[in-house]
Amino acid sequence: MKHNNFGYLLGEGFRAVFKHGFMSFAAICITVACLVIINSFSLICYNLNLTVDDVQKEMRIVVCIDENYTEAESKSVGSDINLLDNVENARFISREEALENFIGDSDASLFDGLNAQSMRDQFEITLVDNAKVEETKAELEKVVGVADVYADIEVGNALATIRTVLYIASIAIAAVLLVVSLIIISNTIRLAMMDRREEIAIMKMVGATNSFIRFPFFVEGFILGVFGAVLSFFIEWGLYEVIRKAILNTGLEVMKIVPFTEMLIPMAVICAVAGLFIGIFGSLMSIRRFLKV
Amino acid sequence: MIDLINVTKTYETGTHALNGIDMHIDDGEFVFLVGQSGSGKSTIIKLLTAELKPTSGSILVNGYKLESIRRSSVPYMRRTLGVIFQDFRLIENKTVYENVAFAMRVIGASNKEIKKRVPYVLELVGLENKGRRLPNELSGGEQQRVAIARALINNPTMIIADEPTGNLDPARSFEIMLLLEKINALGTTVMVVTHEKGLVDRFTKRVVAIDEGRVISDGMDGYYNYEA
Ligand SMILES: Nc1ncnc2c1ncn2[C@@H]1O[C@H](COP(=O)(O)OP(=O)(O)OP(=O)(O)O)[C@@H](O)[C@H]1O
Ligand SMILES: [Mg+2]
Repeated sequence: MKHNNFGYLLGEGFRAVFKHGFMSFAAICITVACLVIINSFSLICYNLNLTVDDVQKEMRIVVCIDENYTEAESKSVGSDINLLDNVENARFISREEALENFIGDSDASLFDGLNAQSMRDQFEITLVDNAKVEETKAELEKVVGVADVYADIEVGNALATIRTVLYIASIAIAAVLLVVSLIIISNTIRLAMMDRREEIAIMKMVGATNSFIRFPFFVEGFILGVFGAVLSFFIEWGLYEVIRKAILNTGLEVMKIVPFTEMLIPMAVICAVAGLFIGIFGSLMSIRRFLKV
Repeated sequence: MIDLINVTKTYETGTHALNGIDMHIDDGEFVFLVGQSGSGKSTIIKLLTAELKPTSGSILVNGYKLESIRRSSVPYMRRTLGVIFQDFRLIENKTVYENVAFAMRVIGASNKEIKKRVPYVLELVGLENKGRRLPNELSGGEQQRVAIARALINNPTMIIADEPTGNLDPARSFEIMLLLEKINALGTTVMVVTHEKGLVDRFTKRVVAIDEGRVISDGMDGYYNYEA
């Protein structure tokens, strides 16, 4: 293809977009809907991820040592605990410190009857892999000298489950919508090709190459995809900020919600990649069948 | 230059359209291809334009071996041919000028080349004043001239016409044949498929007659005489 035809071919592609105004409009709408939903799920997952990370970062296992052990004996239990694979760090908490933690900011006089000897030596443990908290808890319980193990498993687990479900749901929904968008775009292009059947037959007869014939339709798909991507990006931005502010206004710190501006680049990339994929692949799907002869 | 050696074509339906065609056409020749309806004439043309592949045998068109041609080479092979059909096949919403220019544009010609060549070819076919008309503003004979101009525009070595006068009255048909003869005189090989005995007999040209997918006569005597 010589470059002096590039303008002509681009023009043909643009003209087709406007000629099939309604189909183009429908194709762009469905692409936008698809991308907005994909992006919404990505954003929810992203924020949920941050929340899960936070919860898990704060997750501690507290191990209480047998009350009959002396401090020296307790510390030797600590070296056994450190031998466990999933233990990242075990910090020794003496009875005195435990008492202080227990009393905290409260009025010390309330706890007059309490002294360090009524507390137990403890270890505060952080894990290498928070997901394995239950196994590690069980292993800790078997260590000689360990009396009790406390772990705050439920919140972390619940969030992790929600996250997994959301991942799967969003991938499934995104896949379905992608297919729908592909089909609609490819039908739009097919319409354009049917419209120009005879022209295409003539082009082939006089020796136009397939890539030359294909190019305008390719441009058409590309334009539809780009329009869809740009529109969905800004719609998503608006929608996200509205919802974010609404949640912040309730004053409930349920989960982390970062501002959209922190994710401009990844969101733009998702929109661009998905939009171009839908546009280009959608047009290729219908063109391929057309150029067999 | 065209060379068909023992070419057969059987359609998917099982119809044996061609049963061993041998035919050679040299550069610069003018050939009529005649035969009854269903004898296989259009099938030969579709093989020559690589719209179909032969079932067996070999076909050489202007240096391209069509039985084994690569898909990507087909457009370049087609540029050596100008094809004309009974039904003109013009683009209805393009003017005469644009219809002809279109054929240049789609093989990558520049605007400058197009502006130079289209008027020359329109004049050659006698349509120099009709460039702005749409196809439906022209007579059948004029529409066929546009198709001929389009076939000629990329300077092919050979013109292939499948019943080019099928839709025209005898006077218009004769004019079209004279035009094709003139084009042949300018150096382009011409092959014309036709039914019209009267028309063939007004010229003294090579006539290849086929019947049931075989060549039954091939002579320079200029007669449409295969029925004899
Ligand atoms: N696409 C096809 N599928 C199956 N059979 C076909 C096809 N095209 C043509 N035929 C058959 O092949 C034979 C030759 O057809 P062809 O079109 O070559 O004849 P023709 O000589 O051009 O006839 P006409 O003068 O009527 O145009 C006929 O029997 C026809 O029915
Ligand atoms: Mg025919």
